[in-house]
Amino acid sequence: MPIEISEKTVKGEFIEKVMKLSGQNIYKCFQCGTCGGACPMTDHMDTMPRKIMRMTQLGLEEAVEESKTCWTCASCHSCTVSCPRGIDLARVMEAIRQLTLRRNVDMVEPSKLDEETLRELPQIAMVSCFRKLTS
Amino acid sequence: MKVSYYPGCTLKTKARNLEESAVASMSALGVEFEELPRWNCCGAVHSLSDDDLIHQVAPVRDLVRAQEQGSDTVVTLCSMCYNTLARANRLMRDDEVKRRTINDFMDEEKDYAGEVEVVHFLTFLRDHVGWEALRSRVKKPLSGMKVAPYYGCTLLRPKNVAIEPPGHPALMNEFLWALGAEPVDFADKTLCCGSYQILAHPEAALGVSAAILQSALDAGADSLILSCPLCEYNLGKTQKKLLSRQKISREVPVYYFTQLLALSLGLDDAVCRFDLNDASALEFLKCKSLSGAQAQAG
Repeated sequence: MPIEISEKTVKGEFIEKVMKLSGQNIYKCFQCGTCGGACPMTDHMDTMPRKIMRMTQLGLEEAVEESKTCWTCASCHSCTVSCPRGIDLARVMEAIRQLTLRRNVDMVEPSKLDEETLRELPQIAMVSCFRKLTS
Repeated sequence: MKVSYYPGCTLKTKARNLEESAVASMSALGVEFEELPRWNCCGAVHSLSDDDLIHQVAPVRDLVRAQEQGSDTVVTLCSMCYNTLARANRLMRDDEVKRRTINDFMDEEKDYAGEVEVVHFLTFLRDHVGWEALRSRVKKPLSGMKVAPYYGCTLLRPKNVAIEPPGHPALMNEFLWALGAEPVDFADKTLCCGSYQILAHPEAALGVSAAILQSALDAGADSLILSCPLCEYNLGKTQKKLLSRQKISREVPVYYFTQLLALSLGLDDAVCRFDLNDASALEFLKCKSLSGAQAQAG
């Protein structure tokens, strides 16, 4: 799929925000794909982490935010410990999530969880899920 | 010997089997866990955004509580608590600017700069009890048990808080050896169980959990140990569902590592709280003639 790169499509502010929130230099990524190889959740991701990195380098804000990848990430840090360029991808995913969550968006609705789930689940499951996926 | 101890929320409710078996085992080994006064939730996950400092306050306050107790070390049992506390501690040690901001915010507490050491119970056992000494204290060796040690994520990643090299952990294997069990290495011992995605993306979490369990079975394990209540839920409590969908070939009894510790030290079954595990966990021990219930019945 051809990607148009122009002043209109490259969202410089988005790139800056991701770099600032994550504390990572996303331009270090050279597209080797080791992150996706290490990730346990890729079967359920619509876009590989490598592609998310490239799209972020190109400032494709809308495409990155439309992807479900950062919401499927479990923050297990497998990508982080395997990246040959030393990029902490878990922090990049968090930055992308935060840019959406800070617009008061929730990706899970606690009140809609069924009673059985609430009875059985350990608290850390709920606390961590709400920390990661709600605003 | 006394040591400061941070339990965390889940250990007081769903994972009482993790806490009670650990506290009783330590007592049998001559170590008293001194629970932190006024501890609060650690936050369960470390905040990964550079500008989000407010979520670091909870774990840092817990570390200050340990310092107030006069301790230079705090022991944790839950892997997620370990990870969250250890990372907040690293932040307070390594980042002068953030440390100042957090200390300024916490006006009830004394300034903190990462003086306390956060230690996971497995590391504590190795360094303060020792595998040889532990082996000599075992009254009921778990001989005949082929146990898969599941490390998961939070004990090993990221590297700056890893209790062992992330790719080559051996601590749980050594622990099992000391208990007289046979550790069964398996490929997916450090793969994530899906964690909190069991709520948001259950199919993805169930998929990885099934892969982990089957990987342990294929390697010849007859049971599995872990140290995280969320992993215990994903790997232990979902098995009936996974079996009915034919995602795993059979059930695998799942235990907290501390339950097998208490059992091997000859402690009463009651402290192991197998009632909180899946039913297959106690059944399996009875088959192996390792639980007191079997001895009484026999």
